[in-house]
Amino acid sequence: MKQQASTGRSLTQYLTGFVLALVLTAIPFAIVATGAAPRAQSLAVVTVAAVVQVFVHLWYFLHMNFSTTPRENILAFAFAAILILIMLGGSFWIMFDLHSRMR
Amino acid sequence: MTEAAAAASDAHSHSTPREEKAFGFWLYLMSDAIIFALLFATYVVMAGNVADAPPPHSQFDLTHVFAETMILLASSITFGFATVAIGTGRRPAVQLWLLVTFALGLGFVLMELTEFRSMIAAGAGPDQSGALSAFFTLVGTHGLHVSIGLVWILVMMAQVALKGLSVPVVSRLERLGLFWHFLDIIWIGIFSVVYLPGLIE
Repeated sequence: MKQQASTGRSLTQYLTGFVLALVLTAIPFAIVATGAAPRAQSLAVVTVAAVVQVFVHLWYFLHMNFSTTPRENILAFAFAAILILIMLGGSFWIMFDLHSRMR
Repeated sequence: MTEAAAAASDAHSHSTPREEKAFGFWLYLMSDAIIFALLFATYVVMAGNVADAPPPHSQFDLTHVFAETMILLASSITFGFATVAIGTGRRPAVQLWLLVTFALGLGFVLMELTEFRSMIAAGAGPDQSGALSAFFTLVGTHGLHVSIGLVWILVMMAQVALKGLSVPVVSRLERLGLFWHFLDIIWIGIFSVVYLPGLIE
Protein backbone atom coordinates (compact mmCIF):
# COMPACT_ATOMS: atom_id res chain seq x y z
CA MET A 1 0.00 0.00 0.00
CA LYS A 2 2.88 2.28 0.89
CA GLN A 3 4.56 1.16 -2.33
CA GLN A 4 1.54 2.20 -4.33
CA ALA A 5 1.21 5.51 -2.52
CA SER A 6 4.77 6.47 -3.38
CA THR A 7 5.06 5.19 -6.95
CA GLY A 8 1.52 5.27 -8.31
CA ARG A 9 1.67 8.94 -9.29
CA SER A 10 -1.04 9.93 -11.66
CA LEU A 11 -0.41 11.52 -15.00
CA THR A 12 -3.19 14.01 -14.34
CA GLN A 13 -1.34 15.29 -11.28
CA TYR A 14 1.83 16.02 -13.26
CA LEU A 15 -0.07 17.58 -16.17
CA THR A 16 -2.10 19.82 -13.84
CA GLY A 17 1.13 20.94 -12.16
CA PHE A 18 2.77 21.53 -15.52
CA VAL A 19 -0.08 23.70 -16.85
CA LEU A 20 -0.20 25.73 -13.63
CA ALA A 21 3.59 26.16 -13.72
CA LEU A 22 3.39 27.29 -17.37
CA VAL A 23 0.79 29.94 -16.54
CA LEU A 24 2.73 31.10 -13.46
CA THR A 25 5.88 31.40 -15.61
CA ALA A 26 4.18 33.12 -18.54
CA ILE A 27 2.63 35.86 -16.37
CA PRO A 28 5.89 37.29 -14.89
CA PHE A 29 7.82 36.94 -18.18
CA ALA A 30 5.00 38.64 -20.09
CA ILE A 31 4.80 41.55 -17.68
CA VAL A 32 8.57 42.09 -17.91
CA ALA A 33 8.67 41.61 -21.70
CA THR A 34 5.87 44.08 -22.38
CA GLY A 35 6.84 46.57 -19.68
CA ALA A 36 3.08 46.96 -19.16
CA ALA A 37 3.26 47.83 -15.46
CA PRO A 38 5.42 50.22 -13.41
CA ARG A 39 8.50 48.74 -11.69
CA ALA A 40 6.94 48.25 -8.25
CA GLN A 41 3.84 46.49 -9.57
CA SER A 42 5.93 44.31 -11.90
CA LEU A 43 8.16 43.27 -8.97
CA ALA A 44 5.07 42.42 -6.92
CA VAL A 45 3.63 40.26 -9.72
CA VAL A 46 6.99 38.47 -10.22
CA THR A 47 7.25 37.78 -6.47
CA VAL A 48 3.70 36.52 -6.01
CA ALA A 49 3.87 34.31 -9.14
CA ALA A 50 7.19 32.84 -7.90
CA VAL A 51 5.89 32.03 -4.42
CA VAL A 52 2.72 30.43 -5.81
CA GLN A 53 4.73 28.46 -8.36
CA VAL A 54 7.06 27.13 -5.64
CA PHE A 55 4.01 25.71 -3.85
CA VAL A 56 2.61 24.32 -7.12
CA HIS A 57 5.90 22.44 -7.65
CA LEU A 58 5.97 21.21 -4.04
CA TRP A 59 2.40 19.98 -4.30
CA TYR A 60 2.25 18.48 -7.80
CA PHE A 61 5.88 17.46 -8.46
CA LEU A 62 7.35 16.76 -5.01
CA HIS A 63 3.99 15.40 -3.78
CA MET A 64 4.09 17.32 -0.53
CA ASN A 65 0.71 17.32 1.20
CA PHE A 66 -0.83 16.98 4.61
CA SER A 67 -2.04 13.37 4.33
CA THR A 68 0.72 11.15 2.88
CA THR A 69 3.85 13.24 3.58
CA PRO A 70 5.42 12.00 6.85
CA ARG A 71 5.17 14.50 9.66
CA GLU A 72 8.98 14.62 10.06
CA ASN A 73 9.33 15.81 6.47
CA ILE A 74 6.85 18.62 7.03
CA LEU A 75 8.60 19.57 10.28
CA ALA A 76 12.00 19.60 8.54
CA PHE A 77 10.50 21.74 5.77
CA ALA A 78 8.99 24.19 8.27
CA PHE A 79 12.27 24.36 10.21
CA ALA A 80 14.25 25.05 7.03
CA ALA A 81 11.70 27.69 6.00
CA ILE A 82 12.04 29.45 9.39
CA LEU A 83 15.85 29.33 9.21
CA ILE A 84 15.76 30.74 5.68
CA LEU A 85 13.43 33.57 6.71
CA ILE A 86 15.63 34.46 9.70
CA MET A 87 18.84 34.34 7.68
CA LEU A 88 17.45 36.26 4.69
CA GLY A 89 15.66 38.82 6.85
CA GLY A 90 18.65 39.23 9.17
CA SER A 91 21.13 39.59 6.31
CA PHE A 92 19.02 42.19 4.52
CA TRP A 93 18.31 44.13 7.70
CA ILE A 94 21.98 44.32 8.71
CA MET A 95 23.48 44.84 5.27
CA PHE A 96 21.02 47.47 4.05
CA ASP A 97 21.19 49.28 7.40
CA LEU A 98 25.01 49.37 7.12
CA HIS A 99 24.69 50.44 3.51
CA SER A 100 22.49 53.44 4.38
CA ARG A 101 24.78 54.43 7.29
CA MET A 102 27.89 54.40 5.11
CA ARG A 103 26.40 56.51 2.38
CA MET B 1 -9.87 9.39 10.98
CA THR B 2 -7.85 10.15 14.13
CA GLU B 3 -7.41 6.43 14.66
CA ALA B 4 -6.11 6.10 11.13
CA ALA B 5 -3.73 9.00 11.69
CA ALA B 6 -2.53 7.47 14.96
CA ALA B 7 -2.02 4.13 13.24
CA ALA B 8 -0.13 5.86 10.46
CA SER B 9 2.17 7.69 12.86
CA ASP B 10 2.62 4.48 14.87
CA ALA B 11 3.51 2.62 11.70
CA HIS B 12 5.98 5.35 10.95
CA SER B 13 7.90 4.88 14.19
CA HIS B 14 8.86 1.48 12.80
CA SER B 15 9.97 3.00 9.53
CA THR B 16 11.60 0.89 6.86
CA PRO B 17 15.16 1.56 5.63
CA ARG B 18 13.59 2.92 2.46
CA GLU B 19 11.56 5.50 4.38
CA GLU B 20 14.63 6.41 6.41
CA LYS B 21 16.57 7.01 3.20
CA ALA B 22 13.73 9.14 1.85
CA PHE B 23 13.75 11.20 5.05
CA GLY B 24 17.54 11.50 5.03
CA PHE B 25 17.48 12.74 1.45
CA TRP B 26 14.71 15.19 2.32
CA LEU B 27 16.93 16.60 5.09
CA TYR B 28 19.74 16.99 2.54
CA LEU B 29 17.39 18.91 0.21
CA MET B 30 16.33 21.22 3.04
CA SER B 31 19.97 22.01 3.91
CA ASP B 32 20.70 22.54 0.22
CA ALA B 33 17.78 24.98 0.13
CA ILE B 34 19.46 26.91 2.96
CA ILE B 35 22.73 27.08 0.99
CA PHE B 36 20.82 28.50 -2.00
CA ALA B 37 18.90 30.93 0.22
CA LEU B 38 22.21 32.36 1.44
CA LEU B 39 23.56 32.59 -2.11
CA PHE B 40 20.36 34.48 -3.03
CA ALA B 41 20.88 36.80 -0.04
CA THR B 42 24.50 37.38 -1.12
CA TYR B 43 23.39 38.25 -4.65
CA VAL B 44 20.69 40.67 -3.49
CA VAL B 45 23.14 42.41 -1.12
CA MET B 46 25.93 42.53 -3.73
CA ALA B 47 23.81 43.34 -6.82
CA GLY B 48 24.63 47.05 -6.61
CA ASN B 49 28.38 46.55 -6.06
CA VAL B 50 29.36 46.71 -9.71
CA ALA B 51 32.75 48.43 -9.33
CA ASP B 52 33.56 49.67 -12.84
CA ALA B 53 32.40 46.47 -14.52
CA PRO B 54 29.14 46.15 -16.46
CA PRO B 55 26.26 45.46 -14.03
CA PRO B 56 25.03 41.84 -14.28
CA HIS B 57 21.60 42.86 -15.60
CA SER B 58 23.15 44.61 -18.61
CA GLN B 59 24.14 41.12 -19.78
CA PHE B 60 20.75 39.45 -19.33
CA ASP B 61 18.67 38.37 -22.31
CA LEU B 62 14.97 37.77 -21.63
CA THR B 63 14.50 35.34 -24.54
CA HIS B 64 17.51 33.28 -23.46
CA VAL B 65 16.29 33.08 -19.85
CA PHE B 66 12.76 32.22 -20.98
CA ALA B 67 14.10 29.39 -23.14
CA GLU B 68 16.19 28.06 -20.22
CA THR B 69 13.12 28.23 -17.97
CA MET B 70 10.93 26.35 -20.46
CA ILE B 71 13.56 23.66 -21.01
CA LEU B 72 13.98 23.05 -17.28
CA LEU B 73 10.20 23.03 -16.71
CA ALA B 74 9.79 20.59 -19.61
CA SER B 75 12.46 18.36 -18.05
CA SER B 76 10.45 18.36 -14.81
CA ILE B 77 7.31 17.10 -16.57
CA THR B 78 9.27 14.48 -18.55
CA PHE B 79 10.73 13.21 -15.27
CA GLY B 80 7.14 13.10 -14.02
CA PHE B 81 6.25 10.91 -17.03
CA ALA B 82 9.16 8.60 -16.07
CA THR B 83 7.77 8.40 -12.51
CA VAL B 84 4.30 7.51 -13.88
CA ALA B 85 5.91 4.81 -16.06
CA ILE B 86 7.70 3.43 -12.96
CA GLY B 87 4.32 3.15 -11.26
CA THR B 88 3.00 0.99 -14.09
CA GLY B 89 6.26 -0.95 -14.45
CA ARG B 90 6.88 -0.06 -18.10
CA ARG B 91 10.66 -0.24 -18.31
CA PRO B 92 11.18 1.03 -21.90
CA ALA B 93 8.97 4.05 -21.16
CA VAL B 94 11.00 4.78 -18.00
CA GLN B 95 14.22 4.69 -20.02
CA LEU B 96 12.74 6.83 -22.80
CA TRP B 97 11.55 9.57 -20.44
CA LEU B 98 14.80 9.51 -18.45
CA LEU B 99 16.65 9.97 -21.74
CA VAL B 100 14.40 12.91 -22.74
CA THR B 101 14.92 14.44 -19.28
CA PHE B 102 18.68 14.01 -19.67
CA ALA B 103 18.63 15.68 -23.11
CA LEU B 104 16.62 18.64 -21.81
CA GLY B 105 18.87 18.98 -18.75
CA LEU B 106 21.95 18.90 -20.98
CA GLY B 107 20.40 21.58 -23.21
CA PHE B 108 19.82 23.74 -20.13
CA VAL B 109 23.42 23.39 -18.92
CA LEU B 110 24.76 24.16 -22.41
CA MET B 111 22.58 27.31 -22.64
CA GLU B 112 23.88 28.40 -19.25
CA LEU B 113 27.49 27.83 -20.32
CA THR B 114 26.83 29.85 -23.50
CA GLU B 115 25.57 32.72 -21.37
CA PHE B 116 28.57 32.52 -19.02
CA ARG B 117 31.00 32.48 -21.93
CA SER B 118 29.43 35.47 -23.65
CA MET B 119 29.40 37.39 -20.34
CA ILE B 120 33.09 36.66 -19.73
CA ALA B 121 33.86 37.66 -23.34
CA ALA B 122 31.99 40.94 -22.78
CA GLY B 123 34.21 41.76 -19.80
CA ALA B 124 31.56 40.73 -17.25
CA GLY B 125 33.32 37.70 -15.76
CA PRO B 126 33.09 36.62 -12.12
CA ASP B 127 36.38 38.41 -11.26
CA GLN B 128 35.14 41.84 -12.37
CA SER B 129 32.91 42.92 -9.47
CA GLY B 130 31.20 41.74 -6.32
CA ALA B 131 27.86 41.68 -8.12
CA LEU B 132 29.26 39.48 -10.89
CA SER B 133 30.98 37.16 -8.38
CA ALA B 134 27.67 36.71 -6.57
CA PHE B 135 25.84 36.13 -9.88
CA PHE B 136 28.25 33.47 -11.12
CA THR B 137 28.31 31.75 -7.71
CA LEU B 138 24.51 31.54 -7.42
CA VAL B 139 23.71 30.58 -11.01
CA GLY B 140 26.84 28.41 -11.31
CA THR B 141 26.00 26.45 -8.14
CA HIS B 142 22.56 25.70 -9.59
CA GLY B 143 24.14 24.68 -12.91
CA LEU B 144 26.56 22.42 -11.06
CA HIS B 145 23.64 20.75 -9.27
CA VAL B 146 21.89 20.18 -12.61
CA SER B 147 25.12 18.72 -14.05
CA ILE B 148 25.39 16.30 -11.10
CA GLY B 149 21.72 15.44 -11.70
CA LEU B 150 22.61 14.60 -15.33
CA VAL B 151 25.30 12.15 -14.18
CA TRP B 152 22.82 10.67 -11.71
CA ILE B 153 20.23 10.18 -14.50
CA LEU B 154 22.81 8.27 -16.59
CA VAL B 155 23.71 6.10 -13.58
CA MET B 156 20.04 5.32 -12.98
CA MET B 157 19.43 4.52 -16.67
CA ALA B 158 22.27 2.01 -16.44
CA GLN B 159 20.80 0.54 -13.26
CA VAL B 160 17.32 0.27 -14.81
CA ALA B 161 18.90 -1.48 -17.83
CA LEU B 162 21.00 -3.89 -15.74
CA LYS B 163 18.89 -4.48 -12.62
CA GLY B 164 15.39 -3.67 -13.82
CA LEU B 165 12.82 -1.82 -11.73
CA SER B 166 13.80 -3.52 -8.48
CA VAL B 167 12.80 -2.03 -5.13
CA PRO B 168 16.20 -0.36 -4.45
CA VAL B 169 16.37 1.03 -8.00
CA VAL B 170 12.86 2.49 -7.77
CA SER B 171 13.73 3.96 -4.37
CA ARG B 172 16.81 5.67 -5.86
CA LEU B 173 14.76 6.93 -8.81
CA GLU B 174 12.35 8.50 -6.33
CA ARG B 175 15.15 10.43 -4.65
CA LEU B 176 16.53 11.46 -8.05
CA GLY B 177 13.05 12.78 -8.84
CA LEU B 178 12.95 14.81 -5.63
CA PHE B 179 16.39 16.23 -6.50
CA TRP B 180 15.42 17.10 -10.07
CA HIS B 181 12.12 18.80 -9.12
CA PHE B 182 13.91 20.61 -6.28
CA LEU B 183 16.35 22.12 -8.80
CA ASP B 184 13.44 23.46 -10.83
CA ILE B 185 12.15 25.18 -7.67
CA ILE B 186 15.58 26.82 -7.17
CA TRP B 187 15.43 28.01 -10.80
CA ILE B 188 12.07 29.72 -10.11
CA GLY B 189 13.98 31.70 -7.46
CA ILE B 190 16.80 32.49 -9.88
CA PHE B 191 14.63 33.88 -12.67
CA SER B 192 12.39 35.72 -10.21
CA VAL B 193 15.15 37.23 -8.05
CA VAL B 194 18.06 37.62 -10.47
CA TYR B 195 16.89 37.85 -14.09
CA LEU B 196 13.38 39.35 -14.14
CA PRO B 197 14.00 42.18 -11.62
CA GLY B 198 17.17 43.03 -13.59
CA LEU B 199 15.18 43.21 -16.83
CA ILE B 200 12.26 45.32 -15.59
CA GLU B 201 12.48 48.71 -17.30
